[in-house]
Amino acid sequence: MRLITHNMLSCNIKGVTNGYPLGIEASRLETKESELNPEFLRKIFPKLEWKALRDAAHSLGLNDLPEHVEPSMLEDADFLKNFHHALLEVHLEEGALICPETGRRFPVTKGVPNMLLNEDEV
Amino acid sequence: MSLRPERQAPPEFFYNETEARKYTTSSRIIDIQAKLTERALELLALPDDGVPRLLLDIGCGSGLSGETLSEHGHQWIGLDISQSMLDIALERETEGDLLLSDIGQGLGLRPGTMDGAISISAVQWLCNADKSCNHPRTRLKQFFGSLYKCLARGARAVLQIYPENAPQLEMISAAALRCGFSGGLVVDYPHSTRAKKYFLCLMCGPPSTSTSLPKAKGLDRGSESEGSSDADEEAGTVDILERKRPSKKQKDKKGKGRSWVLKKKEQRRHRGYTNVPQDTKYTGRKRKSQF
Repeated sequence: MRLITHNMLSCNIKGVTNGYPLGIEASRLETKESELNPEFLRKIFPKLEWKALRDAAHSLGLNDLPEHVEPSMLEDADFLKNFHHALLEVHLEEGALICPETGRRFPVTKGVPNMLLNEDEV
Repeated sequence: MSLRPERQAPPEFFYNETEARKYTTSSRIIDIQAKLTERALELLALPDDGVPRLLLDIGCGSGLSGETLSEHGHQWIGLDISQSMLDIALERETEGDLLLSDIGQGLGLRPGTMDGAISISAVQWLCNADKSCNHPRTRLKQFFGSLYKCLARGARAVLQIYPENAPQLEMISAAALRCGFSGGLVVDYPHSTRAKKYFLCLMCGPPSTSTSLPKAKGLDRGSESEGSSDADEEAGTVDILERKRPSKKQKDKKGKGRSWVLKKKEQRRHRGYTNVPQDTKYTGRKRKSQF
């Protein structure tokens, strides 16, 4: 699972009002190179929660993302490279996602988070 | 004729390893899936500017549909309930991210994030009540509600479905329209039994003039025309009540009354039940003491 997906995911348990962002517990990461597409990054940028992305990247040991961002930075090649790396190249392979409100763990195995809920959580 | 997969077992058990294996070995399945995805993408009508989008693949299974999305350069997130199918997807090294989740429990995605959604032969599974806790109506509502939320304004969702019969098709599309989607059904090759394919094309936001899809009709009309006659009837009953001047005790015994019955029936219709009896002048009337 890449951080772009993590940025879109929120906890879906019934009654949870603040299930975003999910905490990350990483035990294995993998980096797979992919082609940088500035157009896509510019398109996706307004939809991202920057703070959540930065915190998530932090918890995976990526400290290259700045705290404050402006749309003008999207012209900067270095920034785009770091942004692309954090968003699309680093994969969380093993670990867990944790709901910030209830502390419920969603295990991640082979890069696939298990978001299935129990009967009493629907 | 073989039994429909939906009739055999719940999806998480039906798509076991042997079934999932077919999706890598059978060239026929691969071919059909690719064609359906192409058609779904066409119906999705993304702006033709070459910019990749973030799409949702609902019921991505082994990632065959996702591969077509990747070929078009899009980023995608796939959801499926079957672990075996996702294992195959991992084997095939699909490019999108995969999530093991039950779409009937809602999608759990942040609002307004997706540029579009496609689904190939998945949504009809929601009509099954495999467990005692599964209610198709609630699951459809959860699914379409959360799908509507996570799509960006003006985005589309194209869901290819294999409905078992007409009422099921109606149930699915009615559930979608009730969640705020506009749009309707596109039927490819309607005169062929085998090549016939149903695509539910849904649009977020207000219907625009660019959409030439047929809208589902007959959702509310029945109840509207009967509204006026109901009011007259009620006025009649009030008169009788006045004349009798019942004591408080008697009033309680009378039961819930016609307006209550009408309200409840209206609620049930609104929830999508089709077996609600018509409103007539006999509705809510007390039965004679003897037949």
